Amino acid sequence: MIVELGHFALALALAVAFAQSIIPFTGARLNDVALMRVARPSAIAQFLLVAFSYGALTYAHIVSDFSLVNVIENSHSMKPFIYKISGVWGNHEGSMLLWVLVLSFCGALVALFSATLSDKLRADALSVQSLISAAFLLFILLTSNPFARISPAPWEGRDLNPILQDPGLAIHPPLLYLGYVGFSIVFSFAAAALISGRIDAAWARVVRPWTLLAWIALTLGIAMGSYWAYYTLGWGGFWFWDPVENASLMPWLAGTALLHSAAVMEKREALKIWTLFLSILAFSLSLLGTFLVRSGVLTSVHSFASDPERGVFILAILIFFIGGALALFALRAGALPVGGLFAPISREGALVVNNLLLSVICATVVIGTLYPLALEALTGEKISVGAPFFNGVLMPIALPLALLMPIGQMLPWKRGDLSAALTRLRVAFLIGVIALAVFFASYGAPYLSVITASIALYLIVGGLSDLFQRITFRNNDLRAILMRLSHVPLSALGASIAHAGVGVTLLGLAATGWGVESVIAMAPLKAYQVGPYQLMIEEITPRQGPNYSEIYAQMSVQKQGVTLGRIEPAKRFYQTRKMARSEAGILTIGLGQIYAAIGESHPDGTLDARLYYKPLVTLIWIGALIMAFGGACSLADRRVRIGVARRSIALKSGEAAT
Amino acid sequence: MRRLYQLALGVFLVVSASASFAVSPDEILSDPKLEMRARTIAAQLRCLVCQNQSIDDSDASLARDLRLLVREKLNEGLSDAQVLDYIHARYGDFVLLRPPFKLGTFLLWASPALALIGGGGAVWWNLRRRRAALSAGATLTEEERRQLSALGANGWSQDQSPSAD
Repeated sequence: MIVELGHFALALALAVAFAQSIIPFTGARLNDVALMRVARPSAIAQFLLVAFSYGALTYAHIVSDFSLVNVIENSHSMKPFIYKISGVWGNHEGSMLLWVLVLSFCGALVALFSATLSDKLRADALSVQSLISAAFLLFILLTSNPFARISPAPWEGRDLNPILQDPGLAIHPPLLYLGYVGFSIVFSFAAAALISGRIDAAWARVVRPWTLLAWIALTLGIAMGSYWAYYTLGWGGFWFWDPVENASLMPWLAGTALLHSAAVMEKREALKIWTLFLSILAFSLSLLGTFLVRSGVLTSVHSFASDPERGVFILAILIFFIGGALALFALRAGALPVGGLFAPISREGALVVNNLLLSVICATVVIGTLYPLALEALTGEKISVGAPFFNGVLMPIALPLALLMPIGQMLPWKRGDLSAALTRLRVAFLIGVIALAVFFASYGAPYLSVITASIALYLIVGGLSDLFQRITFRNNDLRAILMRLSHVPLSALGASIAHAGVGVTLLGLAATGWGVESVIAMAPLKAYQVGPYQLMIEEITPRQGPNYSEIYAQMSVQKQGVTLGRIEPAKRFYQTRKMARSEAGILTIGLGQIYAAIGESHPDGTLDARLYYKPLVTLIWIGALIMAFGGACSLADRRVRIGVARRSIALKSGEAAT
Repeated sequence: MRRLYQLALGVFLVVSASASFAVSPDEILSDPKLEMRARTIAAQLRCLVCQNQSIDDSDASLARDLRLLVREKLNEGLSDAQVLDYIHARYGDFVLLRPPFKLGTFLLWASPALALIGGGGAVWWNLRRRRAALSAGATLTEEERRQLSALGANGWSQDQSPSAD
């Protein structure tokens, strides 16, 4: 019964979504405030209905209701509780439902926290947002119904794909979706601005927290997915330039460009049209990513053509929204007021260069991802575009961008002095050059690692230089420093931190070139050297888990006879799906990691193993956390400003009362 | 199987993890230098039956055959480029993770440069156009001058942005 109610709630949500996309929009055209104000309650109602529906599906998974096809195919009564919950979105239907849940959640947030918006802008934005909801709700109800029943119900389910039975699944998709869908809000506001023909710095301030929120979530989501891949796949790779990964990277790149161009718009009323375009682009790329992942087009162009129902539906959604928004943009952008002029050497100028380079990187990733599909569809020729292409082509663009980042931070708005900016960065340059010499002398190769690591150190120091120089000045006792620190605008603090975070990630990436790998058949109780450490198998034992059995090797990690810790790489076998997966054994030592995965065992008692020492590898993800923290600082700055606006409103109403 | 694939696709991991992994100890060449070259070559070759995996990362038996082939050719004394050419000739463009430069891939390889030139050109053109527009209207009429001073009297200035950082 609960399941049927959930299904019904979803249909109701669709009806509400349609109403919400028509009534407030009509109200905005007729200047009818009552109609416009339908937007808020309907956005909240839509969210509650979708949430109920989602809750119903979750309930079915938790109680292992095997009369549902979705539960049979993705669950098992013995599956651990947490995976019963995360398994809800570990499949196509459920993940689309999660997508719509996040979408309507964001809509409800706009409805609740938009007291400062004009009725018209809110009505238009929530109408567009709701149209997106309606499209995806229709998609779920028509092609991907998660509530489909089957009779007779089997006694047992087929279990969740073992790769997905991991805490990674619990965290990664919700974060990623919050990122994707967060950009939908920015998209809706951009469409609303184009419809009304009004766009100004105030618009940029409204959109900024959404951009930041989406960007933070996407940053964390991508980092989480990358770490998940790293520890799951058994050989320590963390980024494969796979189309599915690129699908999340594309909106991230566009979103990063958007963050920076929106800053120019907010401060200087310039780059308005470009900012609008990026707002549309960021969500369009999210949609493109959803299409790539959900349609099956990646497996093969032909399999897409043979089973087209879902793919064609998402393609239609894609064309409708991207095409519609771009058409609107083409029609209305020319009528928007053009922004001001600025000097090339200035903060604005630097941010234009930033946007140019990020756009080039983004375009390259998009083209590299779609090119094989397009080529095969057009000529039947099959090519592969993989890591060697992306790394080779993108590094020459990304490294100069990294070099320019601190310089941009040092340039003031309007008119900057390049030599003064460079002078302020002398410490960073010095450290970069020393690092280059030291790395080259001590490692020599690979060159790319040496260069990247030096640029990374320069970027960390350079990114923080601005902050450092703001808080140290003549009188440098702790109180004075803390005092000045509290006066640094949070957005500037956030920028410094986030830039340093990029440097930290870059350093981690560079250090992968200095890792050590050893593929060997290990004999028990014999020590093997991996980098500066010795690994030894102490025992090999079978073990029984809730829905799998495994064989694990207990290994000790030693350095000069001192045991630093133990790891337990394992080989797992999931009975229901007859699938095996390896569990890596990882020991973090400082910022580096020892990583071990085991394979076949041999009659002579040896065990195939892949052993790695990965120096500084954790910096890749720590850097992403720092970036997200920087974004959060910037987000906090916005809250201060909303507070200011609220206070002045309170003051005004107070005056009116007296 | 395709269905399984889609499940995995949906959450970012496409590569099926298995307990028996890519390069196994019995494949490794005794000469570490040669082995290093083999690994570098293997990272540039696609496992033809996998979803975007190099043969170095794949546990498919076909990938293993290719890895052994690479090592065999290296042992015969071929250079890295010769080994890649040999495999390219046998398996076609699809096997190369770095697509060959030819007519069909011209746009792919040129795309970053084209984007940079196109984008840079657009920025430059825009800046010039605006500067021209501004200098054309640089002289104010008496009326505009009066309006400007009226605005100034109202305390209007460009620097009113709330937090100047």
